[in-house]
Amino acid sequence: MAQEKRKFGFETRMLHAGHIPDPVTGARAVPIYQTTSYVFEDTDKAAQLFELKQYGNIYTRINNPTTATFEERIASLENATGAVATASGMAAQMTTMMTLLEPGDEILSSAHLYGGTVTQFTHTFRKLGITVHFVDPTNIDDWAAAITPKTRALYGETIGNPKGSILDIEALADLAHAHKMPLIVDSTFATPYLCRPIDWGADLVVHSATKFLGGHGNSIAGVLLDSGKFDFSSYATIANPDPAYHGLKFYETFGHYGFLMKARAVTVRDTGAALSPFNAFLLIQGLETLSLRMERHVQNAQAIAQFLYDHPKVDWVAYAGLADNPYHALAQKYTPKGPGAIFTFGIKASNPRAAGKEFIESLHLFSHLANVGDARSLVIHPASTTHQQLSDEELAAGGVDAGMIRLSIGLETLEDLLWDLDQALQATSA
Amino acid sequence: MNTVLDEDARIKYQDPGVIRTILSTTKTIAMVGLSPKSERPSHFVATYLQYEGYRVIPVNPMAKEVLGEKSYPDLLSVPDKIDMVNVFRHPDECPEIAQQAVQIGAKTLWLQLRVVSLEAAHIAEAAGLNVIMDRCVKIEHGRYNGSLHWVGMNTEIITARRGRRYF
Repeated sequence: MAQEKRKFGFETRMLHAGHIPDPVTGARAVPIYQTTSYVFEDTDKAAQLFELKQYGNIYTRINNPTTATFEERIASLENATGAVATASGMAAQMTTMMTLLEPGDEILSSAHLYGGTVTQFTHTFRKLGITVHFVDPTNIDDWAAAITPKTRALYGETIGNPKGSILDIEALADLAHAHKMPLIVDSTFATPYLCRPIDWGADLVVHSATKFLGGHGNSIAGVLLDSGKFDFSSYATIANPDPAYHGLKFYETFGHYGFLMKARAVTVRDTGAALSPFNAFLLIQGLETLSLRMERHVQNAQAIAQFLYDHPKVDWVAYAGLADNPYHALAQKYTPKGPGAIFTFGIKASNPRAAGKEFIESLHLFSHLANVGDARSLVIHPASTTHQQLSDEELAAGGVDAGMIRLSIGLETLEDLLWDLDQALQATSA
Repeated sequence: MNTVLDEDARIKYQDPGVIRTILSTTKTIAMVGLSPKSERPSHFVATYLQYEGYRVIPVNPMAKEVLGEKSYPDLLSVPDKIDMVNVFRHPDECPEIAQQAVQIGAKTLWLQLRVVSLEAAHIAEAAGLNVIMDRCVKIEHGRYNGSLHWVGMNTEIITARRGRRYF
């Protein structure tokens, strides 16, 4: 098999990784194994499966053949050693932290995060005895100064929400490794087509697969990935004997698969945050066109960001693809194909909160909803939706401008998107 | 692929074609360092391989019997014909184990994940044995029989050919 010497390209792996055509039927597409459970071959094999001495299917809450294809495919695309799919991106983060940490542990995280993540980290993790400290991600010295003896991981987003900041992954990985802790990166906005954090030294990667990976706004899903390179021997939850598995030491026994085996066989098993096989099938369909979609997403985003930057009714545009953006240099390093397709801009108006509402009401093609990473273009005005209970002063304190609009650029005809934005801006009071 | 070997050593000691040939032609494995304790990594590998149809003979002076097979203090005491010597011991012990593997006429010396001894490899190679290093027999078997895929791991197998057992 001469192909084993070949390193196949990204696009080839988008279509083929994790799926060998079915030996019985020859089915070319990935079948949907819509089943809860799997008949055991015999009692010995059943016992060995439950002891984790065999790899195999037991129950879809733990694994499923359709989901496994999604997992291996995204692992291949991220250059990871493996993956565990979850019911959502939030579940992927929860699974990662519950697998890694114990009560009393702390995480040091970038402050430039999705709001839902901030809430999960701040309030829900507190109930588990885990404290998350936030740091402005732009200065590596601030990170170094904020590390305490209790810090067990560094965390950030490749392309940070909401201002589109770019994480200096390589510098943070070096810092994390100097303190013998892993760097965890949420790479949802980048996808492995635009940036592969593991190639820059990140140890664990999480995604909301709901966004560009699925790509069509039809399925909620998440995934966590491990580079397989981090030494977890000082992380008690992975290295110490597990009483639920007769004293099995996951890291010693499974080595570079130890973290993921624990995440699957303990955390996902016990929290129940498994992905449905039907959603896994839809995500696989999405992955098969990932490179084509991302190319067009960033191409449209760059043109629209430039258009808005030049528009008289626009105050500012926060997109790292623009030459004078403070993150432009980092974007050229980490996302040379383009820094994603989600960005924010501010409307120039005497009453920006009212102008934001007016702008949204005037759009014809952009869908007004709370999601990003759809094939369709999306828009939201935080000051009138997610943050509407806050005063202008409170908004400013949270880094949200009352006139700030977030766009997620889709795959429609570019001229139609430019037309729509322009006509809505013209219709907005100055 | 997760390994501590450099590119040249990977080509030499982790060749997928050689691994598949070994897995398909081996019948009897002497496992040096096989623990009688059910939760130990060596016990996991032996349990798996036994279920998959290999005969696994324990070589461990501290054990009397493991998984229904009599345990021997060293390779030279094993009366059966051995195809593969699989090593779960510290790298310092590997050169001597390699010499014994040569002496008993084994065809393969397989050092487990993170068991790296170039000296042992050279001894076995010089006598014409296949040498695999810093790989796990269970993981490699699972990679080519498709089961490693079921737990979401990256097997690195890319093919459009209809599925079959790859060895």
